[in-house]
Amino acid sequence: MKSNATRRSSTPILVWPTDMDILYKVFVDPFVQMGAAPDLLVQTLWEGLVAGVLYSLIALGFVLIFKASGVFNFAQGIMVVFAALTLVGFHEHGVPAFLALALTIAVMFGLAFAVERLILRPLVNQPDIILFMATFGLTYFLIGFGELIFGGETKVMIADQLLLPRGAIDIKMAGGFVSLQKIDIAAAIIASLMVATLAIFFQRTRIGRALRAVADSHRAALSVGISLEQIWVIVWFAAGLVALTTGIMWGARSDVSFALEVIALKALPVLILGGLTSIPGAIVGGLIIGVGEKLGEFYWGPLMGSGIESWFAYVIALIFLLFRPQGLFGERIIERI
Amino acid sequence: MFYREAGQFKTNYAADLAVFPIMQDRIGLAIILFIAAVIIPWFGSSFLIQAVMIPFLIFSLAAIGLNLLTGYTGLLSLGTGAFMGVGAYACYKLTSYFPSVNILIWIVASGFFSAAVGVLFGLPSLRIKGFYLAVATLAAQFFLSWCFIRQPWFYNYNASGAIEVPTRTLFGIPITGATAADTTRYFVVLGFVVVMTWLASNLVHGRIGRMWMAVRDMDLAADLIGIRLLQTKLLAFATSSFYCGVAGALLVFLWYGGAEPAVFDVNLSFFILFMVIIGGLGSLTGSFFGAALIFIMPIALRYFPPKLGIPVHPATVEHIQYMIIGALIVLFLIAEPAGLARLWQVGKQKLRVWPFPY
Repeated sequence: MKSNATRRSSTPILVWPTDMDILYKVFVDPFVQMGAAPDLLVQTLWEGLVAGVLYSLIALGFVLIFKASGVFNFAQGIMVVFAALTLVGFHEHGVPAFLALALTIAVMFGLAFAVERLILRPLVNQPDIILFMATFGLTYFLIGFGELIFGGETKVMIADQLLLPRGAIDIKMAGGFVSLQKIDIAAAIIASLMVATLAIFFQRTRIGRALRAVADSHRAALSVGISLEQIWVIVWFAAGLVALTTGIMWGARSDVSFALEVIALKALPVLILGGLTSIPGAIVGGLIIGVGEKLGEFYWGPLMGSGIESWFAYVIALIFLLFRPQGLFGERIIERI
Repeated sequence: MFYREAGQFKTNYAADLAVFPIMQDRIGLAIILFIAAVIIPWFGSSFLIQAVMIPFLIFSLAAIGLNLLTGYTGLLSLGTGAFMGVGAYACYKLTSYFPSVNILIWIVASGFFSAAVGVLFGLPSLRIKGFYLAVATLAAQFFLSWCFIRQPWFYNYNASGAIEVPTRTLFGIPITGATAADTTRYFVVLGFVVVMTWLASNLVHGRIGRMWMAVRDMDLAADLIGIRLLQTKLLAFATSSFYCGVAGALLVFLWYGGAEPAVFDVNLSFFILFMVIIGGLGSLTGSFFGAALIFIMPIALRYFPPKLGIPVHPATVEHIQYMIIGALIVLFLIAEPAGLARLWQVGKQKLRVWPFPY
């Protein structure tokens, strides 16, 4: 994942092809290339899947909060950064890695509690857009707060201390080598574990049932004695944990810095593709976007000058949306007058 | 007290339908216009005009544009920054192809380019709604930003990738470029903002504005009473983008004097959205309040602590500034979710019935 800054500095290369063979270049040539070098295709697919897993994780944080409180939580991206920085920050002060992890989890709980008390509770029953704006406020606050405490410089994630593997496995296949980073495999496994845990939590436990009740209707849930406050804290805490996992995984692949905050924007097409209210949607959407983006960049990108990654995901999502306005797995929107 | 409507009788329908039915409001507006057009250029320092008033007016115009779309028609858009960029780049291309045509004409014309692009990206709005639409407009934002960075045609293939504003004159007086005086540029911006605010006010108080509001309140019901949704929504997108495009052209030509593509990134969109929501959705006055608060607050935060003799490290100031802006946004939302425009109305109502509580 290149940062925006490096992308901007590279010189713009080409321009739209003007001759008639543009159709060939768009519709035939990329597939010829795929057939000619299947190992490259597999490598690209794998990279897409890995990026997709991370997008899914961020989207998951959004979906959890949207389902339970109807808040489109723009702060998820900065929560990822904040969690990762807290973890690294504790470790820098000499706290052992796993104790630092526990402390960070405690900090995320404190954050969830504070958000519920200071933002959600006074704004209960306000229109969605107002709550959306409030999470913007939270984003700004966390950016300032984070930089004040941890400083703006880039930090290295303590991947080794957390016993995350490093290095790569080379697999010989399809007439070439495909290289799989171990950390990516670990990320995929941890993400699947996390999703499975969340699914069990939602489907099988008492709190999970209460969460789904709140998601269906705040008022009905209140009237059968479910405490909205408690549920909100739990949900934001869960989103905080997802953010921490994302932060560790993403941080281990690149570095921990405030530039990571923009990945929240990368997760938005995933969200609308999968549907704002669906956990499976977030996963499938993330994988589709991740793979589509990498394939698009690799095979079609050179046609238009590089860097199409920045908007390709949105175009994929838009095409899907035209056919299913509520996303692939979103609840059908029924309107009455 | 002095703010009373007693004794002001309306003797014809026009007076009854006036936008400012109370005489004191009209006087107040005249005073504000007088201050803006005479007092500020006369007495204001260069800093006030160049660094505060010009950008404040331009951002107000952009906020009005977004307010027409989000506040009046209920379509949430996060592509404002890109539409402003379209205006700026269109104006730049037009004036470099036809340098002899007056720049003011090109600034208006660039609004039409922006409107066309806005309509194109507004097309999905018929099928998708709410946050889904907001994310769809982000597609416009990222695609257009990418165009400005990657397609050299937009910045005339110059090496820096940025656009430089050439000097253009009106009646022999330079109004853009490095030689233009602050006051001249201020008058041009003020003229644009006043005329376009007046036009917007007429739009939203007329048939079109009512159609927009009907669509905002419930589009299905609006459809049933015979409002054609596609045309209405696209018209809102076109008008909003027109305003944003003109604001973008003004931003580059009369304030920055040159721009990199990074100016029109997604943060600008969010910035304008803040102004609209803090100022008040569906209120033209609110757009001005929002722009004032969001734009002037950081300036104030930067300049006042040193004046008070509090020694603060510049980097720390920036971080604290972020925290304060974040906290203030939340505070304002909690105190008055309907925005500053509502506070203003409440204040006027209190003044009207003073000294009685109601």
